[in-house]
Amino acid sequence: MLTFLSQRLLQIIPTLILVSMLIFGLQQLLPGDPALIMAGEERDPKVLEEIREQYRLNEPIPVQYFYWIKGVLSGNLGESMRLKSSVSSLVAEKLPVTLQLAAMALIVALGIGIPAGIISAVRKDTAWDYGANIFALWGLSTPNFWLGILMIFLFSVTLGWLPASGYVRLGEDWRASLATTVMPAFVLGNAIAAVLMRHTRSAMLQAMGADYVRTARAKGLYERRVVLKHALRNAMTPVITLGALEFGTLLSGAVLTEQIFTIPGFGKLIVDSVFNRDYAVVQGVVLVTATTYIVLNLLADVAYVLVNPRLRG
Amino acid sequence: MSGALLEVRGLQKHFPVKSGAFGLVSGHVRAVDGVDFHVDAGETLAIVGESGCGKSTVGRLVLRLLEPTGGSVRFEGEDLLRLSDSRMRAQRRHMQVIFQDPYASLNPRMTVGAMLGEPLMLHGLAASESARRARVGELLELVGLRPEHARRYPHEFSGGQRQRLAIARALAVEPKLIVADEPVSALDVSIQAQVVNLMRSLQARFGLAYVFISHDLAVVKHIADRIAVMYLGKIVETASTDELFRHPRHPYTRALLSAVPQPDPTVVRERTLLEGDIPSAMNPPPGCRFHTRCIYTRESCRIDVPELIDDGAGHATACPWWPDLPPAPPLAEGTGNNEDRLRLARLQAAFVTTQTEAT
Repeated sequence: MLTFLSQRLLQIIPTLILVSMLIFGLQQLLPGDPALIMAGEERDPKVLEEIREQYRLNEPIPVQYFYWIKGVLSGNLGESMRLKSSVSSLVAEKLPVTLQLAAMALIVALGIGIPAGIISAVRKDTAWDYGANIFALWGLSTPNFWLGILMIFLFSVTLGWLPASGYVRLGEDWRASLATTVMPAFVLGNAIAAVLMRHTRSAMLQAMGADYVRTARAKGLYERRVVLKHALRNAMTPVITLGALEFGTLLSGAVLTEQIFTIPGFGKLIVDSVFNRDYAVVQGVVLVTATTYIVLNLLADVAYVLVNPRLRG
Repeated sequence: MSGALLEVRGLQKHFPVKSGAFGLVSGHVRAVDGVDFHVDAGETLAIVGESGCGKSTVGRLVLRLLEPTGGSVRFEGEDLLRLSDSRMRAQRRHMQVIFQDPYASLNPRMTVGAMLGEPLMLHGLAASESARRARVGELLELVGLRPEHARRYPHEFSGGQRQRLAIARALAVEPKLIVADEPVSALDVSIQAQVVNLMRSLQARFGLAYVFISHDLAVVKHIADRIAVMYLGKIVETASTDELFRHPRHPYTRALLSAVPQPDPTVVRERTLLEGDIPSAMNPPPGCRFHTRCIYTRESCRIDVPELIDDGAGHATACPWWPDLPPAPPLAEGTGNNEDRLRLARLQAAFVTTQTEAT
């Protein structure tokens, strides 16, 4: 287990270097000159020159990359040209919002998707199964923005139960915070629940047909224990992978959903920064997201080993 | 046979076949279509037949791992099909199962100790943690493994060891009957002999009854007291093992026996070759189901359904014409192909060595 962990940790280093190069390189391909945008309407050549000097925009790209990486390694992600604040503080400000939203969405997704998948597999070809499949189809084919707007219309406008938009920090007032995030979390989680349900269903169907499940029944176990202990544990591997990947996607921010509910998370930050050629912010945020993604994958690998003794060295 | 441990009457299982866009039931596969047999305590009944004849389905129906469409299964006089779920669960203690593939039948996520301990806990057979651990160790030793193997996972064992684990698991609850569904077919021949010998010695020790489902007559000959031959969902002949091998009556049994490879390559015998495949169980032939492949078919075979009639000495045949058929060619000969012969020679050699080792 320790060798496995250290091996996986070592593999992360080249991945991260490559990812950072990609992030930096691709960004240079974006059309538009950040200095022009910052200089505003006047475009005084002297001002432009100053800006370029200050942000090292006239240096060769590899040199720019070197300065950036040097900063990143010492914990400095650079400075936003537009917001005049450090990228690290922007990330520190937005990350908890996105984390909270992603975690809540994942809870919704797991809470709906896995039980629905189990039920539809155990009660295959019954009304339960059809109902769960219809739900999955609905979840997959409903656009987030549309569902979000409908929910705002129902719960905020008509019933007046929840605030339509805005965000309150978890630390400030947890009840208000949950109230502002429950709708976007449901909108995000709903689509993932559908995917999780389909995967849980197929993995469970496979496990339920296995001889060891028949053996478990022959032992005289309660059906409940047969399903939850013998079949489910064997069916969880693909679901763990999927859950980790979906969580990673959630962390990179949900642009549309954040926009609709005006939640100040990563998604909104990235889009605003791209439109404003705010390179440092885009680089910083994408790097943080990519790192989180890689770490989540590592955690998923560790989780496999924990549920599957065959992988233990 | 009122004193039988297991008594099966008119057992049926029809699987619905769905087709078309709306999944309407368009027919039934008559996997098992009216099967009668009994098993006495401490006895081994082998059910043999080609793949697809319904023998595995019979095994599952007997244990109610599948719900029969009709018929009755009496275990110690009690009709299992009428038991409530909770009574059935309690009854499972007395009847266990061993499957063909020991790679599939053991839960890969459970240690051997957990796997063997679970039924003990469930049926209240080991009061304390330490009693359970002691019993698990005992079971492992019983099947020739070591108590410290309890901490391992199934993937750490070989195929033969896994089948021993499956046997230990079945024995854990001290059953009276074990249904063994092709228990050695997935194993190498030398291991087959070890496992069969283990099953026999456990039978002698604990008075177990086996329903031994197999397509391999060479293995069956070594373990069964009686044999039931199945064809397309029905039993066509039952007799004691010696009687069946010496005087096979039903044309299907004769064909099966003539296909058993013999270890002596010098003897030549006539073989009855069966032509064609087993017909579809969804639309079985009318009359005698075997008439499409039988070399002795008469006109009435296509119309009348033959009944399984006992001759009073325990040999029952579902063919009214068997006394008129030419005598079965003597069995002991060998036109089988080389590979079969070698395999059988190895199997028999393995039986001899493992038996002398055991004694």
